[in-house]
Amino acid sequence: MIEVRHLTKHYGDKKAVNDISFTVHDGEILGFLGPNGAGKSTTMNMLTGYISSTSGQAIINGVDILEDPIAAKRNIGYLPEIPPLYLDMTVKAYLNFVYDLKKCRLPRRSHLKDVLTLCKVKDVEERLIRNLSKGYKQRVGLAQALIGNPPVLILDEPTVGLDPKQMVEIRTLIKRLGKNHTVILSSHILSEIQAVCDRVIIINKGVVAADDTATNLSDQVTTDHRVVARIEGEKAAVLQAIRTIPGIKYVRADMEREPGIWEFEMEAQPGQDIRRDINRIARENDWNILLLKTMEMTLEDIFLKITMGEQVEMNKKGGAQ
Amino acid sequence: MGAIYRREIGAFFTSSIAYTFLTVFFNVAGFFFTMNNLSAGATDLMGIFSMMFVASVIMIPILTMRLFSEEKKQRTEQGLLTAPVSLTGIVLGKYFAALTVYIIAASVVFFYGIIMSLFGTVAWMTLFSNFIAMVLVGAAFIAVGLFVSSLTENQVGAAVGGIVCLLVLLLSDLAAPRIQVEWIQKLLVDLSFYARYYEFTCGIFNLSSVLFFISTAVLFNFFTVRVFEKRRWS
Repeated sequence: MIEVRHLTKHYGDKKAVNDISFTVHDGEILGFLGPNGAGKSTTMNMLTGYISSTSGQAIINGVDILEDPIAAKRNIGYLPEIPPLYLDMTVKAYLNFVYDLKKCRLPRRSHLKDVLTLCKVKDVEERLIRNLSKGYKQRVGLAQALIGNPPVLILDEPTVGLDPKQMVEIRTLIKRLGKNHTVILSSHILSEIQAVCDRVIIINKGVVAADDTATNLSDQVTTDHRVVARIEGEKAAVLQAIRTIPGIKYVRADMEREPGIWEFEMEAQPGQDIRRDINRIARENDWNILLLKTMEMTLEDIFLKITMGEQVEMNKKGGAQ
Repeated sequence: MGAIYRREIGAFFTSSIAYTFLTVFFNVAGFFFTMNNLSAGATDLMGIFSMMFVASVIMIPILTMRLFSEEKKQRTEQGLLTAPVSLTGIVLGKYFAALTVYIIAASVVFFYGIIMSLFGTVAWMTLFSNFIAMVLVGAAFIAVGLFVSSLTENQVGAAVGGIVCLLVLLLSDLAAPRIQVEWIQKLLVDLSFYARYYEFTCGIFNLSSVLFFISTAVLFNFFTVRVFEKRRWS
């Protein structure tokens, strides 16, 4: 379990992280989302004891990282943004070094073999890290974090530099690890967070901008009142007709998707379902509807919305649905 | 500490550093051995020891330059600093690794002793105390070099910085007679590495000098720990 209470980090006058609080329970995977320089890595560095906090506490499995750093660090497996790899060592020698460094007590050979297999780096174990591709280096970095089987895993952008297939593999691996580990991972890739994480924290300018489950986050801003329709009919007439629907806020012709067929994007009042109205005007004018769907907001939209400064009221009840 | 020590020893011998260091060290020592002993036909190894002191000033920073600067540059220090080891453990692991390589280099004097014993009588006790002196000076110099290495991420900068620091320690002794202010003069003489080392080469085993070198080593290792401590807290 990780408890973060009012964690703050100042660099001179600059507040890199400002009063962040959250809790990650055992067996939970938490995603950290935020633009560059939002304070994701700084927060992770404070959690792992690489840098100290200006104020506030980070408690890892009941141990304060600043009060008893060695005991707290024993519980953490950390993959920093740039994996801490010694380029002049072979993968096997490096992982052996990490095993010694962490004063690991698990049976050496079988544990190393497990980690090598788990991260799929068994086939390169005798190679110098210098000669590995970025994807392999990243996986060796992950292997390094897993040595000693620490209950808490902190992974800073674990899938950077991997090809799509490896990405899926690593995500599956993290998801599997999440069953009996506490995991925090940061990422730029929103679909990744959506696929892997139970909970998402969006950090912007050093403060928590949102903290909820991934589904809740997208649910609360998913709306039936925003609709995309592909209608076979004359553009100006369609626009005109849609504007007559009561409560419509805006409508625009988005793109000519098929020859002579435009896609229209429209928004009505929150809570108002206008799909039937669209059907009605199409019937009246004898147009064909080729596509009709509500615009779902993805994490991408939420992310952009929040980081652009538009606060989404997360706890607002009965918004859509 | 043990893990870091073993890794550093490994890194010294998988990179070219240990080989370069040992080659240069053996060559320089061999040169003076040939000049002072073999050609001159003398068994007194004192000449080698006083020359190796000067040579160490230039060579030790090369041994220590990459120890911390490389970690910083490759971002591997993040792995060390987030591992369940103390800062002191990290610093001492690296320190003793460099010291080990240095001791391997310095041990060559026993080989010279053996060669000389074939031709005459060798003062083994003096040779041994000289070896101890060389190790002690090395221990102090390595701590200084390690400290400089922790300040920068540039290896060359660490080497040059280390050489400059050691030269200052070496040359302050020469400057002392020219300084009129009495207390500064006294301070420089008291802090002189060379004067203390010279005693050893003359066969005097002075316990206060032993303590002096050990204290310097402890002090600079402490400074290195403080460098990391400070970076973490700033």
